[in-house]
Amino acid sequence: MHVYCTDLDGKTHELQATDEWTVMEIIREGGIPILAQCGGSCACATCHVYVDPSWKSKLPEPSEEEVGMLDGAFEVTQDSRLACQITFNKDLDGLKISLAPGSV
Amino acid sequence: MTNPTEAVAAQSPVQTDVIIVGAGPVGLFAVFELGLGDMKCHLVDILDRPGGQCAELYPEKPIYDIPAVPVCTGTELTERLMEQIKPFHPTFHFGQMAEKLQKTAEGKWQLTTDRGTVLEAPVVVVAAGGGSFMPKKPPIKGIDDYEGTSVFYAVRKMEAFRGKNLVIAGGGDSALDWALNLQPLAKRITLIHRRDEFRAAPDSVSKMRALVAEGKMDLKIANLTSVSGADGQLASVTLVEEGKEPYQLPCDSMLAFYGLTMKLGPVATFGIGLHENLIPVDTSTFETNVPTIFAIGDINTYPGKMKLILSGFHEAALMAKKAFAIVHPDRRYRFQYTTSSSDLQHKLGVDAA
Ligand SMILES: Cc1cc2nc3c(=O)[nH]c(=O)nc-3n(C[C@H](O)[C@H](O)[C@H](O)COP(=O)(O)OP(=O)(O)OC[C@H]3O[C@@H](n4cnc5c(N)ncnc54)[C@H](O)[C@@H]3O)c2cc1C
Ligand code: FES
Repeated sequence: MHVYCTDLDGKTHELQATDEWTVMEIIREGGIPILAQCGGSCACATCHVYVDPSWKSKLPEPSEEEVGMLDGAFEVTQDSRLACQITFNKDLDGLKISLAPGSV
Repeated sequence: MTNPTEAVAAQSPVQTDVIIVGAGPVGLFAVFELGLGDMKCHLVDILDRPGGQCAELYPEKPIYDIPAVPVCTGTELTERLMEQIKPFHPTFHFGQMAEKLQKTAEGKWQLTTDRGTVLEAPVVVVAAGGGSFMPKKPPIKGIDDYEGTSVFYAVRKMEAFRGKNLVIAGGGDSALDWALNLQPLAKRITLIHRRDEFRAAPDSVSKMRALVAEGKMDLKIANLTSVSGADGQLASVTLVEEGKEPYQLPCDSMLAFYGLTMKLGPVATFGIGLHENLIPVDTSTFETNVPTIFAIGDINTYPGKMKLILSGFHEAALMAKKAFAIVHPDRRYRFQYTTSSSDLQHKLGVDAA
């Protein structure tokens, strides 16, 4: 199973994905630098990513806490999510995301 | 406290036993362990209150892995540590950055803060955690050119904004509070936030909305994408509202409040060996490669290190034993339990006498 992650230089990386891991952990384990300063506690907004529009409907809605935390991120759009708040599962195999400014 | 806008005058050094950089949970507990060994501490933290990450990043969230405390929040942990170290009367220097560390002629350490506080001690404990808390800076190209002249991340002097065409970015308490406080002073205030919802005190939100309704300030629901101007003087910012063409908003000052982030900061210049922005230590004493400088808590690294509060507490105890030998070279370290030692109980102010 894989996640495709586009970095700030526009380069796309194919990352090995593990069931029940968060997308933030998958990015970090894949060797892509991501700040994720609070270690996945939804407390820093430095794991901000854009989810490819084609995948958005497959993800559960963000919690109120996540939406609130995104206030501390930059260039937030309708595709913005916090990678530590998306838990990977087999239905997300092939998920496409890109890192947002302020997350590396 | 010194006014930061005035020239910083070096004060005469304050003498103490141990200087602790960082008042996070680990720096706080170090006061306890050092206190049991009759060592007096001064702590420096850039935050305006104790608790480090617990106070700043998760005050309301529960912690479940403090031994014998099944659950407590970040704020509660901080309050309990403050209670526990009370008998040792530590001195706090809040809102100050520990900036420069030098050796004195007598072989002590002299630490100077950005506010001109000068501390001297034979032992320094770096408990700087994930680094010092600093405002998050928007990743906008060229914004550095305006920082300190027309783009700010904190208000030092309200008067500086009198008559200004001011843009305030953010949707939390800082953004709202400053919008309300500066509204009477500024020529015009425009609050910019990415969504029409605010994570701030409801009272501030309704006051802000009332001012907007009365036409006394503006609110734009937009993303701020670029800044322009010349010679450090801001002339306009570019705003993008969802689904619309970007446009320019003329302004001459900006305050941005996107929360805080941790950066290693001046600790990197202390002359201590670093490995990937962490400080390697000897795990029998938690001393760094510079004798008499120790590093405990999230800032240190050693084989098997886990960035947990309980690890930091253990590190503080071992550090204090070695620090005792430095601060009291003529005394012999005595291992005692707080349960049974009348000497320790006396220090804690809990002895029967
Ligand atoms: C959301 C979240 C949840 C967590 N949950 C848990 C948990 O359940 N259990 C657990 O054990 N751990 C948890 N942690 C980790 C825990 O908070 C850290 O391990 C702990 O805070 C480390 O303490 P510290 O005192 O070493 O550093 P910090 O708490 O980072 O404090 C360091 C302090 O030093 C200051 N500082 C640094 N450099 C300077 C300087 N040059 N001048 C002035 N001040 C300076 C900083 O401003 C800061 O206040 C969590 C962390 C987060 C973010
Ligand atoms: S890692 Fe901090 S919010 Fe996701």
